[in-house]
Amino acid sequence: MEAIQYARPSTIDDAVSRLSETGARALAGGTDLLVQMRGGSVRPRVIVDIKGIAELRRVEQTPQGFRVGAAVAGAELGEHTAFAAQWPGVVEAFQLIGSTQVQGRASLGGNLCNASPAADSVPALIAAGARCTIAGPGGKREAAVEDICVGPGKTSLAPGEFIVDFFFATPPAHTGDAYLRFTPRTEMDIAVVGAGVCLSLDANGRCTAARVGLGAVAPRALLVPAAAAALVGTSVDDAALAKLAAAASAACQPIDDKRGTIEFRTRVAGVLARRAAVAALARARGQ
Amino acid sequence: MGNEPKIFTKTYKWVGTRPVRPDGVDKVMGRAAFGADYQLPGMLFGAVVRSPHAHARIKSIDTSAALKLPGVHAAVTAADFPDLPSEVSAGGEAPVNFRHVSLNVIARDKVLYEGHAVAAVAATSPGLAAEAAALVTVDYEVLPHVIDVLEAMQPDAPVLHDDLYTSGVDPRPTTASNVAARTGFTLGDTAQGFAAAEVIVEREFKTEAVHQGYIEPHAAVATYAADGMATIWCTSQGQFMVREFTAKLLGMDISAIRVIPSEIGGGFGGKTTVYIEPLAVALAKKSGRPVKLVMSRVEVFKATGPTSGAWIKVKVGAKRDGKLTAGEMVLKYQAGAFPGSPATLGGMTGFAPYDIENASAECWDVVSNRPKCAAYRAPGAPMAAFGVESVLDELAQKLGMCPLELRMKNAAKAGTRALYGPKFLDIGYAETLTAAQVHPHWSMPLGPHQGRGIASGFWFNVGGPSSAAIHINEDGTAEVVTGNPDIGGSRASMALMAAEVLGIDYAKVKPMIGDTGQIAYSFLTGGSRVTFATGKAVCEAADATIAELKKRAAKLWKIDGQHVEWRDGQAWSTLDDGTDRAPLPLAKIAANASKTGGPISGAVSINAAGAGPGFGTHICDVEVDPETGGVTVLRYTAIQDVGRAIHPAYVEGQLQGGAAQGIGWALNEEYVYDAKGRLQNASVLDYRMPVASDLPMIDTVLVEVPNPGHPFGVRGVGEVPIVPPLAAVANAVSRATGVRIDALPISPPRLLKKLVDAGKV
Repeated sequence: MEAIQYARPSTIDDAVSRLSETGARALAGGTDLLVQMRGGSVRPRVIVDIKGIAELRRVEQTPQGFRVGAAVAGAELGEHTAFAAQWPGVVEAFQLIGSTQVQGRASLGGNLCNASPAADSVPALIAAGARCTIAGPGGKREAAVEDICVGPGKTSLAPGEFIVDFFFATPPAHTGDAYLRFTPRTEMDIAVVGAGVCLSLDANGRCTAARVGLGAVAPRALLVPAAAAALVGTSVDDAALAKLAAAASAACQPIDDKRGTIEFRTRVAGVLARRAAVAALARARGQ
Repeated sequence: MGNEPKIFTKTYKWVGTRPVRPDGVDKVMGRAAFGADYQLPGMLFGAVVRSPHAHARIKSIDTSAALKLPGVHAAVTAADFPDLPSEVSAGGEAPVNFRHVSLNVIARDKVLYEGHAVAAVAATSPGLAAEAAALVTVDYEVLPHVIDVLEAMQPDAPVLHDDLYTSGVDPRPTTASNVAARTGFTLGDTAQGFAAAEVIVEREFKTEAVHQGYIEPHAAVATYAADGMATIWCTSQGQFMVREFTAKLLGMDISAIRVIPSEIGGGFGGKTTVYIEPLAVALAKKSGRPVKLVMSRVEVFKATGPTSGAWIKVKVGAKRDGKLTAGEMVLKYQAGAFPGSPATLGGMTGFAPYDIENASAECWDVVSNRPKCAAYRAPGAPMAAFGVESVLDELAQKLGMCPLELRMKNAAKAGTRALYGPKFLDIGYAETLTAAQVHPHWSMPLGPHQGRGIASGFWFNVGGPSSAAIHINEDGTAEVVTGNPDIGGSRASMALMAAEVLGIDYAKVKPMIGDTGQIAYSFLTGGSRVTFATGKAVCEAADATIAELKKRAAKLWKIDGQHVEWRDGQAWSTLDDGTDRAPLPLAKIAANASKTGGPISGAVSINAAGAGPGFGTHICDVEVDPETGGVTVLRYTAIQDVGRAIHPAYVEGQLQGGAAQGIGWALNEEYVYDAKGRLQNASVLDYRMPVASDLPMIDTVLVEVPNPGHPFGVRGVGEVPIVPPLAAVANAVSRATGVRIDALPISPPRLLKKLVDAGKV
């Protein structure tokens, strides 16, 4: 049996260089990686613990927006009052990941890079329009969250690349976001369908902008522009919500598996998108 | 309805109280040693090589590469075990064919399900053992497989056993098939009964295989000494069962094996057979070192017994006033890879709560390429009750009758003849219905998309062989040794009964579970038998101890034994000879034991008869989300005739646990197979047992109609509560949605599809 190396770099450059080694895997909260190692599905040669890097562990607020380190844990972000007030949908999605114990470790970066189509935080991040800062051998670059995952367990990150932080641009007034998922159980479960919606209203209550993210209904979490378009320019009335639901269902490319059928996922994606939009609307109205 | 629940008027000092359990502190503090907690010097770790195929012929097994790996000390295959003849004997909870047990523990010519053990290795670390297991090469010839019970019964289905001929059909078939047996029961004349009916309801039902879901995976440590003596430390529902089964499978004398039971982290029937213990002994024998085998959760799901999925048809006929005139059921149960499903038990129990003049049950035991089923809490009864209680609910709707009234009108009472033969003596079924009707839950208002279901259930409860020994210590405290693993708080119950009979303080009684060398034979913990049967043995051992204590008191007083009485933990002289003799407390007699004949003890071995059948009635409220098919259980009340609750808190716990498991069975639990017959959800994530937040607080009502066959009136309580929930939940969902539920689980995708197909959404 080969020994596993463990590295805990304190700078981004060191992390990039260790992650460029063959068989290297980034470790943030470890709530996926360690489970996969125990289950035998991955056997890293080098584990690069990125929690020692300051940029990955902080939450910064500027007039332009929030910058959240990729290794910040769910419990930590939930306790950040200002962030939670501005992005309640992101926080509720993030905090659905795992139990209380897991919440002490699980990170946004890990949830995204594990590239599960059912990851709870990802549709909410997509709806919020979050952008990632990526560090790698070629320096830093930026990408939208929806461009990171390409399929189950696969990301667009190049060897040696990892996510440093997420940027959430300060939204216009009267913006609200929400995330809902469907699971057969109330806890300890994985989304069969997930829906994140973020929408902004003008002073008259008309929707000026919207983003809709769906999880667990395709090989990766989806941004659904057609569903968002159903809301923009409307007062988010029942007719608009019905159109949104239909567009969300139409965007689904799910599979039949042990967790749900194609028929179920397609139908429930519309239901959840509509319910999430209603919740986001209430928040945008300050209710 | 008139029948008020009978309530005990006699009160006891200890029986019926709720003290802290004797094993509680160890369990709360993490000191209790479970199966995987045992370690021995020089111990090796075992790993089992399992079949990746649902059905295949084993052409060859090569362990040489594994054995070449440094640190690997032994490998075993079926060649290391005797090839046992087909021979049925009473062993576990049901008759046992040891050839089948042996072939299930380690496959010989064929693998019959994914996860079937084909070899085992032992090495110096768990990681090395896993590596060695991966180096064992097995050459398989993959065969067509069959998973579904109805498909397995088809004449062109792949046949698992070429020596299996259906028993119970006339003439006996001349070709082998997957249909192991047909059994049946008849009472009266059902044709006549249906002819007399004014309303008939008939429906087919389907349930999926479900696992017992115990938290603790199977674990064992075994040693094999040069003198041929083996010792096994393991988790099981019966140390004597492990000893007998292991001896049989290895061709050893029973006296050559000692089994030391660990604490048990749940069993629910699933630990009433052996899987890894014979492998651990065989590896220990080959390596000359202690060997530990611990199953992973995946192994537990793939290779240990779930209970049967079933296909069920029920037909009932009734008069307009609700009086049942006839009932018929056909049950086809999955046995898994080897015969022995609890189909017959389903046929015996389904109609048992009811007084039906004309009834029949036809039961089919069918093998398929799934793990061999094992006992699970009231084996076979929940599925049959799901069919019967659903059909009764539909009948009540058709008649416009209250479902409780319908049941009350047909309730079995003392003197009712059950379909399976006997006439009931004192039973408390009607009393559970009355308790349901007066319970506040029954009259609570319901909101939109909400529904209320009720269902009843029956279980026999058993007695059987049990032993108990009471040792009076020098200071007057007492040890109570029994031979049954404590799976549901039985130590507390044994101590309470001993304290009550002896007349001493509960805190002075130390209950202990003996290993196979420390106490005489006791049948395993199962069949809801321990508080009844082993409890009866404890009462009799206490009586024997008291007889001895009285003799000793007589000796101290120098009077004849007939003049001594035992009351309140003291000997009293009844001799009226002018001498004033102060009563002798137990502690004083104990302190003087050496002067009166040595240590004081009482030991008995009995075959307990007189087990009292149990009945329960459950009320369940659900709310259905019609857009997602999600079901929320809002309120749940479990009512049961428990005879006499020795420790009411643990009896209530049994009712709550049974209801929780039954709700899981009804809503989300199922085995999901792919096209190749491989289990897709062998994890606690995707095999969805309910978590705490899925359930409301489950309310309980203990109805106490004493069982005359037990000194304190005890009935078994552990199995009845899993019988009604399947139908209680399904009836609630049926009433909430207006769509009759005929298949379990009622998982959201299945329910949503049903609602869509019915045009409800």
